[in-house]
Amino acid sequence: MIALLARDLKLAFRAGGGFGLGLGFFLILAVLVPLGVGPEPRTLALIAPGILWVGALLASLLSLDRIFALDFEDGSLDLLATAPIPLEGVVAIKALAHWITTGLPLVVAAPVLGVLLNLAPAAYGWLIVSLLIGTPALSVIGAFGAALTVGLKRGGLLLSLLVLPLYIPTLIYGAEVVIRGAVGLPVATPLLFLAGITAGSAALLPFAAALALRVNLR
Amino acid sequence: MSTTSLWEYANPVKFMRLSGRVLPWFAGAAAVTLVAGLVWGFFFTPDDFRQGSTVKIIFLHVPAALVAINAWIMMLVASLIWLIRRHHVSALAAKAAAPIGAVMTVIGLFTGAVWGQPMWGTWWAWDPRLTAFLILFLFYLGYIALWSAIEDADTAADLTAVLCLVGTVFAVLSRYAAFFWSQGLHQGASLSLAPGTRMDWAYKAPLYVCMTGFSLLFIALLLAGTRTEIRARRSRALMVRERMYA
Repeated sequence: MIALLARDLKLAFRAGGGFGLGLGFFLILAVLVPLGVGPEPRTLALIAPGILWVGALLASLLSLDRIFALDFEDGSLDLLATAPIPLEGVVAIKALAHWITTGLPLVVAAPVLGVLLNLAPAAYGWLIVSLLIGTPALSVIGAFGAALTVGLKRGGLLLSLLVLPLYIPTLIYGAEVVIRGAVGLPVATPLLFLAGITAGSAALLPFAAALALRVNLR
Repeated sequence: MSTTSLWEYANPVKFMRLSGRVLPWFAGAAAVTLVAGLVWGFFFTPDDFRQGSTVKIIFLHVPAALVAINAWIMMLVASLIWLIRRHHVSALAAKAAAPIGAVMTVIGLFTGAVWGQPMWGTWWAWDPRLTAFLILFLFYLGYIALWSAIEDADTAADLTAVLCLVGTVFAVLSRYAAFFWSQGLHQGASLSLAPGTRMDWAYKAPLYVCMTGFSLLFIALLLAGTRTEIRARRSRALMVRERMYA
């Protein structure tokens, strides 16, 4: 499984692996929003938590179809399905690889983009914490969506249609943590809900995704 | 038939025979109750002393919302039956229910907006109940889109069933997540067994008739839709056979 993780990471970091694509998208979004909304600092501070979370969500959406599509095309997914490790484990590892290449860079970049959006100083810590806890859920949910649509020729748009509604609870609680953190309210409740969603998705969705993969491989 | 079980109607032939026999009755009963309930509700109930005649939109709004939610629950049950017992009629019934549920969701949202404009002063508010309903609509869209995107019928049935199961969990989660913001503008449940609900029987009685009518309409549309799906599959099988022997 560690070998699989190393392989996926290596493929993602190579040229053409799409690494950094999400990061670039995130940056452009954070630059475009003030240009569209206007540079009023109070307005920006008000919407910054939501924009940063929506940006992280869309950025992680960009690379979802790569989780299984390439392996499906060249047949390595069939090999992985017959490999001695369970397919559920493969899904979990691939989601983890997606998170390391997409979610983790977003967590690191988000505070920098927070400066552009005039995020309240008290919120930076909670932004990092909420993204760190919440983005794994995005990767796992996305892996489930990618598993559903892997056999389709133009699955990309359908993938976003399927996955975005599933992202809603994560988005609400994640942004709520930052909003509350910005004005100094206690954040424990949404943070725990967010952690619950991540833990629950990571525990259960690999099974649903593996089921979908088996259907698509049959 | 000595041992009649519900599962007998998993046989498409038996299902077609039974559904063909009961469909006109359901359709007729739906038409009668809907006309009776809506005419009663719209023309023979008093205006509310605060809401005026706008209160009467409840006779469309509440039954549509009821069917919108229960159609999803029915899809969930049908998906489970398909995953566990592999009855094709069940998968096709889930497929047929989705567009009905989606349309009912739109009716619920639309009538709510029409009522909300004079009452709350806005067409739309990001109120938890409204948000949850919009999210339900998105789930319907995704489900229908996945059905239409996959060519192989069994693969589509499997994948949409899994999506329905996972989607249910996330739809419920989203609903409670939206309640996190506030209680919102929307009033509590219109009908409740709890004491202290204040709806008068003058409204309640026609509302119950309308709810029955919408439920009957759902059953009639569902039967008709499932029959269409079964016929479509039969004709596709016939075409394949013709091409093989041609």
